[in-house]
Amino acid sequence: MEPFYTTDVLVIGGGLAGERAAIEAAASGHKATILSLVPPRRSHSCAAQGGMQASLGNCVKASGDNANWHFLDTVRGSDWGADQEVARMFAEEARVAVREMAYWGVPWTRATPGKNSYFIKGERVEIDEPEDKAGMIMHRDFGGTAKWRACYASAGTGHSVLYAVDAEVSRLGIEVRDRMEALSLIYDGDRCWGAVARCLRTGELTVFAAKATIIATGGYGRIYGKYTTNATINEGTGAMLALNTGKVPLGNMEAIQFHPTGLWPSGILITEGCRGDGGYLVDKDNHRFVAELEPEKQELASRDVVSRHMMQRIKDGKGADSKFGPHIWLDLRHLGEQHLKTKLREIWEICRDFAGIDPVKEMIPVRPFQHYSMGGVRVDKDGHAYNMRGLFAAGEAACWDMHGFNRLGGNSLAETVVAGRIVGQRVAQFVDGETLDVSTALTEAFKKEQEARIADWMSRKAEGPSVYDIRDAMGEIMIDKVGIFRTASELEEAVVGIKDLLEQVKTAGLHNSKPGVNPELTFALRLEAMLKLALITAKGALERQESRGAHSRVDFPQRDDKNWLKRTLARWPVGASEPVLSYEPVGMLDLPPGERGYGHATRIPLEQSVEDYNASVAEAQKAAGKQDTVEPMGSQIQWGAWEQADTKAASS
Amino acid sequence: MAENIKTARILKFDIFRYNPAEPDKPPYMQRFEIEEAPYMSLFLALNQIREEQDSSLQFDFVCRSAVCGSCGMMVNGRPALGCQTLTADLPEVIALHPLPTFALIGDLSVDTGRWFRGMVDRVNGWIERETEFDRASIEAPMDNETADKIYEADRCIECGCCVAGCAVANVRPDFLGATGLNRIARFMMDPRDQRSEQSWFEVVSDAEGVFGCIGMMACDDVCPKDLPLLEVYSYVRRKAVASLFSSGEDHPARREAEKA
Repeated sequence: MEPFYTTDVLVIGGGLAGERAAIEAAASGHKATILSLVPPRRSHSCAAQGGMQASLGNCVKASGDNANWHFLDTVRGSDWGADQEVARMFAEEARVAVREMAYWGVPWTRATPGKNSYFIKGERVEIDEPEDKAGMIMHRDFGGTAKWRACYASAGTGHSVLYAVDAEVSRLGIEVRDRMEALSLIYDGDRCWGAVARCLRTGELTVFAAKATIIATGGYGRIYGKYTTNATINEGTGAMLALNTGKVPLGNMEAIQFHPTGLWPSGILITEGCRGDGGYLVDKDNHRFVAELEPEKQELASRDVVSRHMMQRIKDGKGADSKFGPHIWLDLRHLGEQHLKTKLREIWEICRDFAGIDPVKEMIPVRPFQHYSMGGVRVDKDGHAYNMRGLFAAGEAACWDMHGFNRLGGNSLAETVVAGRIVGQRVAQFVDGETLDVSTALTEAFKKEQEARIADWMSRKAEGPSVYDIRDAMGEIMIDKVGIFRTASELEEAVVGIKDLLEQVKTAGLHNSKPGVNPELTFALRLEAMLKLALITAKGALERQESRGAHSRVDFPQRDDKNWLKRTLARWPVGASEPVLSYEPVGMLDLPPGERGYGHATRIPLEQSVEDYNASVAEAQKAAGKQDTVEPMGSQIQWGAWEQADTKAASS
Repeated sequence: MAENIKTARILKFDIFRYNPAEPDKPPYMQRFEIEEAPYMSLFLALNQIREEQDSSLQFDFVCRSAVCGSCGMMVNGRPALGCQTLTADLPEVIALHPLPTFALIGDLSVDTGRWFRGMVDRVNGWIERETEFDRASIEAPMDNETADKIYEADRCIECGCCVAGCAVANVRPDFLGATGLNRIARFMMDPRDQRSEQSWFEVVSDAEGVFGCIGMMACDDVCPKDLPLLEVYSYVRRKAVASLFSSGEDHPARREAEKA
């Protein structure tokens, strides 16, 4: 392996967001290079199951859908924590992105005219789908949406989209370095020039010098140990690159989504499409408690709401017992064998392989598991990281921030390709005016720093707890004390506990000193930063004295728009023992803060007028040298357009 | 309770070991013993061995739910996904080897990533078309049956089990294998792909393609996603022969077909 490599655009992360961005850069004539922990088709994007949201309006239950509706659902879903300009841009562009995926080969399920049979709110319903939509991309129902909007390919949507996008990467001849882990960014003051990466075949280090660098490494769910639906590689490797600069803030790290239906006890995801297609959640008495608590949306309230109802039910002693602990049942039996083996085929397989269950005949044991990181590397509307020129982020790794405090199902898969597209174009424009002006003295210094870190670990023999023991202790703290229901006292305990683990990791050692890639060393190199991410999550949650979306404080049950209509920013100055938290407004408000329509939360209203709030946002953005409001590309915020959609809602 | 009284089995794992960074140490088999737990998969067992007994052990797991295709390995001589294999279905002694036919990275870890990228590049495994996407246009309609058929072939997770289990691939490194033929079939049946029959024929007609298969069909037995590889094989072969007849070209396969 060569020790020094140059490129125009370095993409760290070979999942959907990274690959889509690389395609955009390559299509503009730039050299793009992708680094990926694993071969791209094995990245966690492949595990997305049930759908990708785009308001095409191609079936009766989707009729009249448009970007306004999608925008509204996304902002409400976020509990008003989202940047509404980004949500608007996203909702418009998702329609284009899903069709582009059709063009690139995704075998989307298509609309079939004539009588179609569905399960809606517990009843079998026959609907005549119209002739004029024959063969168009079909939708299924997902949580928190006014219309059926999720486009899907059975329950393997992420797989099919990833294979189509990766095929484009091959078609364009984009170089992919798989089994390659970026350990550090290279930066000169506030200008990023690429990264130092370690080969996961040989253990060798390489400098990747680049005019622009994109972090697209997905989420950090593995700070919850085994209590996550995330793949083993979702260890926040991208967030830590940004964090370790000491300058780039991470946004809203306390905004952690729990998916209602992880297979119990393994945590393997069971798609929301199961409930979208009519599945029930029942307690040990076979009672549909969520349908009772949420008469309007039933099992399809947003994920934060459904997860809370489920955990409360378990706390109330109504969970079904198992030797691994109590759980809730997901009942799909009434959907029938044909449906389960075609439209939910992957779920049928997962139940068979990992729980020995046939969902045609048996109910599925489920419980909420950590699922998604709404927070991440804080970027502006271009995807450009705060405080670091030439560094960008996209997808789950970024806090762009269209999800606020709760992401809607199917919006993340859509975000990967939408953000990849938009941020990729911005990166291409940025690179147009840049030359690679980086000294080898600088790149060597960053490489030497990593060599020293590796040598240090290799010289430390394990005596106390192993790196795996520390990881497990972190996971237990996070699920117990920074979980679905949060209180000040538990969060304080979590902060103390994680700080203690951060001390332990300083003296931890390895059990083997074998040359080569050494899997124990590979993990050890990530551990300290994972603990830092855990501490930022816990501290952010402790400081945020309100309940918003997935962040649910038992001691502060109201959403507080008066004091907390803002985003947490966390930096970790180099050498500091703690993160520094600060706050910024969520962004321009178009849809004024209001009721979500599910979840029964109360709130403390915004005291300022929306106009005053927006004026302060514009001022703050201008002061920070960022574009204040209007997007020249993608779409512009359409002030008040939501009112038309809402009027329709009232009349339908 | 009865299940608590029953003593758990002590599983004996015999694992292939080789670290290319230590070229002087020849490959060897190493035995590890662990107590079996309920619903224990090879994902759980191998991680337990690495974390408690030998932290240098190399293997690959990503999704641990049989969708990413990372963890193909030989389990008692048969290719399988480690995450999908439950110890309850195995005897007490479990031999694990890396998949053959792929470059070895170390211990149970093999380089399927480069092999599959190479395969996609060889067969142009993407939608070939003349035009570029127009963001202003709506999607072209497709009937759902066609979409379902494409999806059925698109489900391949590129784990490499079919290649590792293939008698031809084990002696002929360039053979596309069932996964390669399946990838071709997936694009052949896709109306969005504008390749001519003739250009398909060039991809599949040599001994590395569909005519290299000697019909033992181990691929069909070992596929962890139950892809209908037998049907795929006959579909691609049928298409290849049909295009051969329409082209009038001389080819051993044509002579063979004409004799029959």
